Amino acid sequence: MREELFVSGRNIPNIDPYLNIWHWQIPIYLFLGGVAAGILFFSGIFTILGKDHKMRTTVKVAPLLVPFLLVFGLFMLFLDLKHKLYFWQLYTTIRLESPMGWGAWVLMIITPISILWSASYVREIFPGWDWKFDILKTFESWLIKYRLWIAWPMTIYAVILGIYTGILLSAFNARPLWNTSILGPLFLVSGMSTAAALIIMLSKDHKERKIMGRIDILLILIELFFIVHLLMGFLAGSEAQINAASLFLGGKFTAPFFTFVVFLGLIFPAILEIFELKGFKVPVYIPAILVLLGGLIFRFIIVEAGQITRFLY
Amino acid sequence: MRTRRDFIKICSLSLGATALTGGVINRLVGANVPETSSSTLRPLTGGRRVPTYCEVCFWKCAGWSHVLENGQIQKITGNMNDPQCKGRLCPRGTGGVGMFTDPDRLKTPLIRVTKNGEQTYRQASWNEALDFIAAKMKAIAEKHGPESMALFNHGSSGKYFTHLLNAFGSNNVAAPSFAQCRGPRDTGFELTFGESVSSPEVTDIRDTRCLVLIGSHIGENMHNGQVQEMSEAIDRGAVIITVDPRLSTAASKSKYWLPIKPSTDLALLLAWIHVLIYDGLYNKEYVEKYAEGFNELKEHVKNYTPEWAYGITTLKPELVRLTAREMANAAPSAIIHPGRHTSWYGDDVQRSRAIAILNALLGTWGNRGGIFFKEGIKIPDFPHPAYPKPSWSWQDTLNGRYPLAKEAVTNTIIEASIPGEGKEHIIKGWIVSGTNLIVSIPLKDQLMKAMQSLDLLVVVDTMPMEITGYADVVLPECTYLERYDDLRTTAHREPTIALRMPAVEPLYDTKPAWWISKQIGERLGLGSYYNYKDFREVLDWQLKQAGSSLKEMEQIGLKKFDRKTPVYILPGSDYKFKTESGKIQLYSHELEAAGFDPMPKLTLHPQPEEGFYRLIYGRAPMHTFSRTANNRNLVALMPENSVWINPQVAELWGLKKDQYIWLKNQSGVISNFSVKVRITERIRWDSVYIVHGFGHHHKPLTYAFGRGVNDTELISNVMVDPVMGGTGMRGNFVTFIKDKSKKEVKS
Amino acid sequence: MRYGMAIDTRKCVGCSDCVVACQTENNVPLGFCRDWVVEVVDGTYPNVSIELRSERCNHCANSPCVRCCPTGASHFEDGGIVLVEHSKCIGCGACIEACPYDARYSHPDGYVDKCTFCIHRVREGNNPACVSVCPTSCMYFGDLDDQNSKIVNVLKNRKFKSLAPEAGTKPQIFYLV
Ligand SMILES: Nc1nc2c(c(=O)[nH]1)N[C@H]1C(S)=C(S)[C@@H](COP(=O)(O)OP(=O)(O)OC[C@H]3O[C@@H](n4cnc5c(=O)[nH]c(N)nc54)[C@H](O)[C@@H]3O)O[C@H]1N2
Ligand SMILES: Nc1nc2c(c(=O)[nH]1)N[C@H]1C(S)=C(S)[C@@H](COP(=O)(O)OP(=O)(O)OC[C@H]3O[C@@H](n4cnc5c(=O)[nH]c(N)nc54)[C@H](O)[C@@H]3O)O[C@H]1N2
Ligand code: SF4
Ligand code: SF4
Ligand code: SF4
Ligand code: SF4
Ligand code: SF4
Ligand SMILES: [Mo]
Repeated sequence: MREELFVSGRNIPNIDPYLNIWHWQIPIYLFLGGVAAGILFFSGIFTILGKDHKMRTTVKVAPLLVPFLLVFGLFMLFLDLKHKLYFWQLYTTIRLESPMGWGAWVLMIITPISILWSASYVREIFPGWDWKFDILKTFESWLIKYRLWIAWPMTIYAVILGIYTGILLSAFNARPLWNTSILGPLFLVSGMSTAAALIIMLSKDHKERKIMGRIDILLILIELFFIVHLLMGFLAGSEAQINAASLFLGGKFTAPFFTFVVFLGLIFPAILEIFELKGFKVPVYIPAILVLLGGLIFRFIIVEAGQITRFLY
Repeated sequence: MRTRRDFIKICSLSLGATALTGGVINRLVGANVPETSSSTLRPLTGGRRVPTYCEVCFWKCAGWSHVLENGQIQKITGNMNDPQCKGRLCPRGTGGVGMFTDPDRLKTPLIRVTKNGEQTYRQASWNEALDFIAAKMKAIAEKHGPESMALFNHGSSGKYFTHLLNAFGSNNVAAPSFAQCRGPRDTGFELTFGESVSSPEVTDIRDTRCLVLIGSHIGENMHNGQVQEMSEAIDRGAVIITVDPRLSTAASKSKYWLPIKPSTDLALLLAWIHVLIYDGLYNKEYVEKYAEGFNELKEHVKNYTPEWAYGITTLKPELVRLTAREMANAAPSAIIHPGRHTSWYGDDVQRSRAIAILNALLGTWGNRGGIFFKEGIKIPDFPHPAYPKPSWSWQDTLNGRYPLAKEAVTNTIIEASIPGEGKEHIIKGWIVSGTNLIVSIPLKDQLMKAMQSLDLLVVVDTMPMEITGYADVVLPECTYLERYDDLRTTAHREPTIALRMPAVEPLYDTKPAWWISKQIGERLGLGSYYNYKDFREVLDWQLKQAGSSLKEMEQIGLKKFDRKTPVYILPGSDYKFKTESGKIQLYSHELEAAGFDPMPKLTLHPQPEEGFYRLIYGRAPMHTFSRTANNRNLVALMPENSVWINPQVAELWGLKKDQYIWLKNQSGVISNFSVKVRITERIRWDSVYIVHGFGHHHKPLTYAFGRGVNDTELISNVMVDPVMGGTGMRGNFVTFIKDKSKKEVKS
Repeated sequence: MRYGMAIDTRKCVGCSDCVVACQTENNVPLGFCRDWVVEVVDGTYPNVSIELRSERCNHCANSPCVRCCPTGASHFEDGGIVLVEHSKCIGCGACIEACPYDARYSHPDGYVDKCTFCIHRVREGNNPACVSVCPTSCMYFGDLDDQNSKIVNVLKNRKFKSLAPEAGTKPQIFYLV
């Protein structure tokens, strides 16, 4: 029998017996970032494709939420900090190697863009809105005029943000579960899927919902493919990675992962959406809420499970 | 039933003890540690450095207390010049600062009073407490004679109370370090070589080529010099042979581990003796020159072959022969380690004799890499009148038992305190200082009966250990970091003197033992025995006799002196051993005359019944018995003990790692607390192992209370050594209780 | 100059003195630690072996903790010592996640703390506290670039390993086996 123990009684809070330094704040931060990225992506891409009039909710309404999502996300990150009064140190250096720093800067850029974008649509959505100052009115018309110019960087940054939510984790080689390049695309796709779900919920336009439903089904399929790929990759990997995968294949996280993420969060809503496309009456918010919840739980599980996995030595 | 001396939990006095809440870590976090600045480069070398020697065990390493400007003791480090520690303290010594910062310390004198029919302690002034003690001692002396006072002691404070009792007229002074510890070894070696191996042991591990450990678990037994020297021996590639039923840390570093069936060591030792003699491997020249009784020994071990031993010890005969050869190859640079805690199975003097005989056959005593001759500085006592001669002493209570006990046997003093028909000598008062009898002495019933019968029980301690709960008067001593003490003058390779002086003023209303002794002495009219105002006078006077001074020692802490005698037997010299005939006693006439086997014979000891496992115990490197059980710096390293169980046994019982279970011994005694299961290949399937010193049931010990189990409470079968009264404690067997509902925790 | 440590698992007895010494030297709050001791038991009674290892930050030459730190609080000092500048640390925990050895902890005061190789002692020419207290003298600290140092010498003459080399961190602590 092999036995391994600390003989010096090591039992550090949040580190032993397994790492738990990131609690609920980080998964929420990642979730909100993903949804925001997805919304901005769809909004930008449909604008670029010239479909902004057909996709009102996607392009104009949903982005109004984004600044709030981002600021709230950033607040979550702030809550996670243990030396809060030193928060400003984040913005005294640019450290491209640090995903945490990188994220902070990406948010620093994309949040104002999202605010400008939303600002350009505020009057369209809320016709009673009054900008009050002339300078703001001029600025608004300028924004409206150059929307396409904004759409391009916004779409690109949205992709970066979406990928970042995965890379923040996959940058940590030390955690075998996170140590895979699939996590970036997976989180991007998952973020887009949750954004699509949110848009479907918000939209009253049947056609738009149908388009987003199709997109969501496609995204879910890609996501499922990535998940299978992820687990297969682990099983073919090092002992530490096999251990990591086993958390989901018979281990502690198997039931919640397959029940809440894979089935209730992906397969079942996809089926419901397919039914809806086929013309069956399904209340739209059911698959949408399932997808959103699935996405949130997914991040909770990945963050928590990732911290449990470690190198063996 | 109400007794005259109810056990009192000192916490009822609100001495700062709190209920157990949360994990130990929660209580450790934010503990009272010195203020810190946040800079990574914080220099920590500032402040003062004050000499001391360690009191966390009895190796007494010399060191320094480092005191910060704010009066906090930041750390304790070893004195580089001290050959006993070479600047490196062991974890307990390094963590010794936790003794000083312990929030549960005794803080004022306490006197037992009865309030509304309930016994409790009330805080008292020193004057009150000391007057009370002196009056009681006088009353005892008037009624029964001064001999009826006894002292139990361990550690530095013992000396002052021994002086007090001697001046008062009593010789009844005992320490658990004899009958519960090294007594059998010392007796066995004195019978063989005429002297014992002392403390610190005079084993030349540093230079040995072969070290044989019979149960000595150096590395867990953290006696510093031995640990350091064993490490040097490993580096030099010395052969280490360890005999232990458990894969001790030392065993894991040994070339040969002999996983012996517990209690059968004597069979192995006899087989080794047989091989050395019959294979002609022994040191013939040495034996011829220095030993007596070889022919008798040869005849005696004729049939004790390794094959004979195999059935008893389960050790393969080839392995026994091979290891005997290794010892012989290295001899005389070999050590069959005498061990230290040797009160195991009641035939321990005989086992120690066998070990001594092996050393003799290999010619290790007096040779480099074997056992060397110690030398120390003799410092005269501070002048005082001669002690009165007591009319009787502990020997007179033995009625012919334990004829070869050279030191007082704790258990017989306890016995002599229980009134009984026809008892001529009775003890009526105890001073207990620096020993927690409740945890260190088996035979609890006897101890309880004795304590109930006393007219006076004074406990001098630093901590509210279990024993304090039985006292009439509790006197709080300050810790070793807050006081002057007697000089350390241990004899070893190099003669040294070390000084202990206070790093800071005593916290709370605590006092050093020298002061307590002097105060009681003066109240008893023994002032002439304490002819000084301050202990510094004594130290300065003594140091001047040795060619130093207090002033010098307060600077350097430790002084080395040149040796005047050889370390080893000089070639061609005619060394005389300290036995009567001047020769090593392979055959002991002394034992024979006292009615014992003159040469060791095997006693077969009972083995566990089905479902029971032999309870063996030992040390963990980070604790000293119960002494450190509440020391937060060390509790952080090891908060509780666990019961080591072989995986096969665990499977049989369906036990899981880290599960808590209760232990029940052969007489139905169930452990007070539950203990964590450690499933490990390091232990045999017929035994379980626990570290001694845990399972404290006294609530004021905030960090020790309820953590782990106390082996002593499970040791109800004591196998007493007829030669010197050692209490063999390894003849107990335990089984497991998994279900909590069958045994409620009591506190 | 490149500081490193070699620890002899054959001599270490697992006494944890290195842990208390670090705690008192560096005022590590109780309940936390910068170093710790691992025991690995292998085999079946009586063919059993034990490895004892005193572990701490490996002061990795390729250290993910420095790389992922968003503020530069985690940085290299002379001799490759990896340090945390407490006043720059925001307590984001990224470096804790990044360390494959769980060598860092979140100090109750908020910042992240870990082994400093006792740089305050080393700069004064002393050994780190853990090294100088170890009763078995099983730890060697020194300059890996100095061919005459004791540490280079023991590494030349003994078999050694480092922990989780596959993590690619290039640890500077070596275990003599
Ligand atoms: N079951 C079992 N019993 C054993 C042993 C065992 O392994 N198992 N071991 C045996 C051995 S080898 C020995 S040597 C004995 C040891 O037995 P003890 O001497 O009883 O052991 P300690 O735990 O050192 O007891 C120390 C007591 O001294 C107090 N003390 C500490 N420092 C000071 C001080 O500066 N001044 C004063 N006045 N008091 C102080 C502590 O608070 C504690 O109450 O136990 C023996 N008994
Ligand atoms: N850290 C630390 N060090 C200490 C102390 C302490 O409290 N803490 N106390 C000091 C004192 S006072 C003493 S006396 C010494 C005691 O230390 P030692 O003299 O080394 O103690 P041992 O009695 O040999 O007991 C422990 C070993 O005996 C083994 N053993 C049990 N039964 C048998 C058996 O039947 N045969 C054989 N061969 N081995 C057996 C156990 O597995 C264990 O490894 O330690 C000293 N050093
Ligand atoms: S061996 Fe350890 S506990 Fe004993 S005196 Fe030395 S430093 Fe103190
Ligand atoms: S102090 Fe030395 S022997 Fe003790 S655990 Fe640490 S490295 Fe090992
Ligand atoms: S051991 Fe961990 S904390 Fe230390 S340098 Fe390497 S990655 Fe960083
Ligand atoms: S917790 Fe502090 S040291 Fe660690 S990565 Fe964040 S800012 Fe850097
Ligand atoms: S080098 Fe210093 S800080 Fe690092 S573990 Fe050792 S004592 Fe602690
Ligand atoms: Mo002892």
